[in-house]
Amino acid sequence: METQAPTPMDQIDRNILNNLQGGFPVCERPFATVADRLGLSEDELIARVERLLDDGVLSRFGPMFNAERFGGAVTLAALAVPEDRFDTVTEQVNSFPEVAHNYRRNHDFNMWFVVSSDDPDRVSGVLKEIEDVTGLSVLNLPKEEEYFLELKFEA
Amino acid sequence: MHGNISLDATDRRLIEATQTGLPLCPKPYHAVAETLGLTVDEVMYRLQRMQDLGIIRRIGAVPNHYAIGYRANGMSVWDVDDNQLSELGQNVGGLDFVSHCYRRPRRLPDWRYNLFAMVHGRDQDEVIVKVSQVRQLLGNACKDHQILYSSQILKKTGLRIRAAEGI
Repeated sequence: METQAPTPMDQIDRNILNNLQGGFPVCERPFATVADRLGLSEDELIARVERLLDDGVLSRFGPMFNAERFGGAVTLAALAVPEDRFDTVTEQVNSFPEVAHNYRRNHDFNMWFVVSSDDPDRVSGVLKEIEDVTGLSVLNLPKEEEYFLELKFEA
Repeated sequence: MHGNISLDATDRRLIEATQTGLPLCPKPYHAVAETLGLTVDEVMYRLQRMQDLGIIRRIGAVPNHYAIGYRANGMSVWDVDDNQLSELGQNVGGLDFVSHCYRRPRRLPDWRYNLFAMVHGRDQDEVIVKVSQVRQLLGNACKDHQILYSSQILKKTGLRIRAAEGI
């Protein structure tokens, strides 16, 4: 699951990563604006962002949307899956396009996944279908309050 | 909870065209405008509006934390006194090493934890040190906690909307 970047990151890459996790401007030449701030040329910044994406250091570059703000819903759900059925249940859960992320974790509740949809009713519908198809009860933990949300990884 | 904001068909086409990423060229918004048959001013106006409304959280780079050396991903879960949770949650969410922090419902007797804080570290030792700082911050309001490490990514895709279906 871990990807090693083929090209080692240098100080300029780190600087790009640490300064570009938000605040990319909406203007005619946004890369030029940011490049200027970072002391790079526009071309060099674009080339480096492209390489960081190719190397898997960045998983995406662009706007991050918040589905809940336009009528959608998101929940975090967990299952306690018997070990001998883990692969089968993984396939069953992952088969729903509404399941965005799914992680195995070291706990009795060993499968944790995020269900999101533009249609809030669909989220509960998916959870019900997962219960029906797996025969396991879903722990449904929708967010009740959000205290902060920002990716602040320092490279 | 925030109220919902309605988007028109053009907004949705714009979301669909940019949710996997912006074009990497000197004038990315011009490129998007051309693809959608819109003027660049309209694209920029709508993106700025969606950002102001919180529909766009931010625009920028999404790092793959494994690739930049954060190999341990600990979901720390906390059983915190309900009356103090909002205030303490803000403090925990403000720690620079906590990437996501949420209040979620207890589901007794199976699940007693009502505060979730995602902590990333270069290894599990680093996560443990960071989690102990959270423990200290919560003090007597915290009755119990656990760290659930991810041992495998089973699926990871982003938000996907389908503009054509007029959601």
